[in-house]
Amino acid sequence: MKSAKLTVSALAVIAASATVAAARDQIQVSGSSTVLPYSTIVAEAFGENTDFPTPVVESGGSSAGLKKFCEGVGDNTIDIANASRPIKESEIEACKAAGVTDIMEVRIGYDGIVFASDIGGNDFAFTPADWFNALAAEIVVDGKVVPNPHTKWNEIRSDLPDQEILAFVPGTKHGTREVFEEKVIAAGCEESGAAEVLKAEKGEDEGASACMALRTDGKSIDIDGDYTETLARIQSAKNGIGVFGLSFYENNTDKLKVATIAGVQPSTESIASGEYPVSRPLFFYVKKQHIDTVPGLKEFAEFFVSDELAGPDGPLAAYGLVADPELATTQAAVADEATLAQ
Amino acid sequence: MSDATLDGAQPRSSLLVADPRTRKRNAAEARFRAYGLGAIVISMIMLVILLFTIVTGGVGAFRQTYLEIPVALDAAQLDKNGNRDPADIRKVLTLTYGKILEQSLQQAIADKGIAVAELSAKDVSNLISKEASAQLRNRVLADPELIGQTVEARVLVNGRVDGYYKGRVSMESAARDANTSPAQLQLADALKAQGMLATEWNWSFLTSPDASDQRPEAAGVGIAILGSLYMMLVVLALAVPIGVAASIYLEEFAPKNRWTDIIEVNISNLAAVPSIVFGILGLAAFINFAGLPQSAPIVGGLVLTLMTLPTIIIATRAALKAVPPSIRDAALGVGASKMQSVFHHVLPLAMPGILTGTIIGLAQALGETAPLLLIGMVAFVKNFPSAPPDGLFEPASALPVQVYNWTQRADPAFIERASGAIIVLLAFLLCMNLLAILLRRKFERRW
Repeated sequence: MKSAKLTVSALAVIAASATVAAARDQIQVSGSSTVLPYSTIVAEAFGENTDFPTPVVESGGSSAGLKKFCEGVGDNTIDIANASRPIKESEIEACKAAGVTDIMEVRIGYDGIVFASDIGGNDFAFTPADWFNALAAEIVVDGKVVPNPHTKWNEIRSDLPDQEILAFVPGTKHGTREVFEEKVIAAGCEESGAAEVLKAEKGEDEGASACMALRTDGKSIDIDGDYTETLARIQSAKNGIGVFGLSFYENNTDKLKVATIAGVQPSTESIASGEYPVSRPLFFYVKKQHIDTVPGLKEFAEFFVSDELAGPDGPLAAYGLVADPELATTQAAVADEATLAQ
Repeated sequence: MSDATLDGAQPRSSLLVADPRTRKRNAAEARFRAYGLGAIVISMIMLVILLFTIVTGGVGAFRQTYLEIPVALDAAQLDKNGNRDPADIRKVLTLTYGKILEQSLQQAIADKGIAVAELSAKDVSNLISKEASAQLRNRVLADPELIGQTVEARVLVNGRVDGYYKGRVSMESAARDANTSPAQLQLADALKAQGMLATEWNWSFLTSPDASDQRPEAAGVGIAILGSLYMMLVVLALAVPIGVAASIYLEEFAPKNRWTDIIEVNISNLAAVPSIVFGILGLAAFINFAGLPQSAPIVGGLVLTLMTLPTIIIATRAALKAVPPSIRDAALGVGASKMQSVFHHVLPLAMPGILTGTIIGLAQALGETAPLLLIGMVAFVKNFPSAPPDGLFEPASALPVQVYNWTQRADPAFIERASGAIIVLLAFLLCMNLLAILLRRKFERRW
C-alpha cells in the first residue's frame, strides 16, 4: 500500500517536472579530488569573466568520475570528468558501449607527491629504496627474502633519524596510491636490487607484485579520507610521515616539514624539470558530443588550458600545479577538438 | 498474635532506625541516582566540549577583515576605446582589475608613508583577496560611469592576514608559512594603525556563495542555506500530506489484519534503514530512471521525503492513537460519518503531535548528508538557483554537505568556515526544535 502510494506520488512529481527540466545551461564536472581545487579555481574564474554560468564541480575520485562520465550522452550525464590518471582501455570500452564515442583528453599539468612530517620533528632525506625497505611486506636481507624486520628508520640507513617507522599512505581508492606504489615502492625495489631476488624466487609476475605489497603490521597505515585526515593523523602521532600532494603541502607549510627524495627538494620547479622523481600528470576528459548542446563547454576547456590560468605564472601554478611544458600542444588539440584515438 | 514477637528474640523493626535490608535498598537507590546523574553529567560535558570546539573554531567565520583603499579606475586600461560600451568593458578580465587594485594599494601605502622595504610587489598585492578583483569588475560593469573616477573600495584581505586578526595565524607560524610572511603581517598592522584595515561583522558569510580553494575569505553559506530551504519545501510539500494521509488510513480506516500488520512492521523497519540506502535509491530512480537533473534540490528533496516519511507516519499514528476513543464514539453517536469524525474531531486534536513529529522529521532531514553524496549535491556551486519552481531544478548545495566539502579543503581557513557553517546549521535545528516545543505547548490538550 505504502510503496504503491510512494511510487504513484513520485511518478506524479516526475511527470510534472519533466516539462520543467529543460536543457541545462551550466557545465557539470565530476571526478578526482586532486584535480578538484584546480577545477573550482578555473570554474570560478570562468564564471566571473564570461557570460556563461559557473560550472558545477563535484568530487568523488577519478574512477567514480570516469564511471559517471561513461554513463551515456544527454542532459542528465556529466560533461567533464577530472582524473589524476589517464583513462583506462576498459573505461573507453564502457564509454563506447554507452554511446560516448568522442572523448577529448586534456592534460592540464603535473602534480608532485611529497613526503612530509610534523614541523617540529626530524629532517628526512629519503631515497625510494628507503621507502621500500621501510614499508614493503617482504624485503631482501643478505640475499634472502625475509618479512620486514625494520622498526626504526635508522635501521634502514644509519644516517636516517632514530625514529619509529610510521607512515600514512593513501588508501587504494586514491589515484595517488597507484603513483606511490609505482614511483616509490616499486622504484625502490628495483633500486635496492631486491626486485631481482624477489623475481628469481617467486617468478616474474609474483615477484613484481611482491615488490609493491605493503606491510600490514601497523607501520603503514592506509588513509581512505583526504589529505586533511592525513594531516590530522600526523598532528596526533608526531613521529608519523604522510604522503601528500604538493599543493596541499604548500598550503600547510606552517605545520608540515617536507622530506627530500634522492636529494631533491620537491617544488614546482624541480618537478617541471623532472629532477624530483615522484610526479604524475593530471587530466580532464571532455564529452565532445556535448559541445553543441551544453553552452560554454568548449570555451571552458580552452579557458582551463589557457596561458593565463594553466601557464607557469597563472593561478593554478600558484596553487601548486606544475605547469605543462607542452601546454601549447594541448591548447591546439583543444581548439581542434581532437578526440582520443579509437 | 504469636508470642514469639514479644520475646524480643528478633529485633523489632523501627520506623526511626533503618534495618540492614532497608539500608541496602536505600543504598541501591542512592547508587542508581548517582548513575543517572553521572550519565547526565557525562553527556552534558560532551555537549559542552562539542559546542565549545565548534563555537571557538567557527565564530571567526562571522567576522571578516576588510581593507578600504581609494581605487583609481584608469580609463586607459578599462575602456580602451573610450566609448563606455558595455560589450567592450565586459572584455576586460579580472586580471586587469587585479592589477588596478595592486597599483592602488601600492599608491595608498606610499601616500601613507608606510615602509615596505622587505616586501616584494607580489607580497604586497597578495594582501588583497583574489575575490576583490571580481567584485570590482562587477561594480564597474553595473555602473560603467565609474571608469575614470577614483572610488573608495572596501576589499577582502587574504585569508592568512584575516586569520592573523582572528588568532589563527601568528608571527611564528607566518615565518614558516609559504603563503604569507611576518613582513606582510607587519604591513597589515601598519595599515590597521592608519585605520584602513578593520575586522568587522561578516554578513556576507550568510549570503555569499562558495568560493574556490584560493579564496577561503570569500566563501559563504548563501547557496547552501537556499538549497537546504528548497529541499525542506519539497519535503514539507510531499512528506506531510502523504504521511498524514497514510497514517489516517492505517489508524482509522484500514481493517486490522495480517496485511496491515506487515505494513506496520515495514514502516518501522523503513525508519531504521540507513540513510545512504535512500541515496542509492534516489540515484537509481530519480536521476538514472526518471532523468531528473543532478545536484538539484528537487532530487535531494525527494530522497529526504522518502527518508522522513516513516518518521512522520509513526509520529502521526501515535498522535492519532492518543486521541481518546470517546471523542470518536461521541461524534459517531450524534450521527457524524466516519470521515467527518476523523476530519472534524480526531485530526484537530491530534494536530500538535503531528506538527511536532513533522518538525522533528524535517530537522532530521535538514542535517542529513549521506544520501546527498550520491545525487551530486556535494558540489562546488557558485551561481544562486532562481526562485521556485524553476530553482528546484537548478544546482544547489546544502548546509551539511557544505560542511563536509569545506573540511576536505587544503587551506586551513576552510576549517573555520566549516565550523561557522555548523553553527548556522545548529541554529536552524535549534529554531525548528524550539518551534516544535512551542507548538506542542500551545495546542496540547490533556484528558
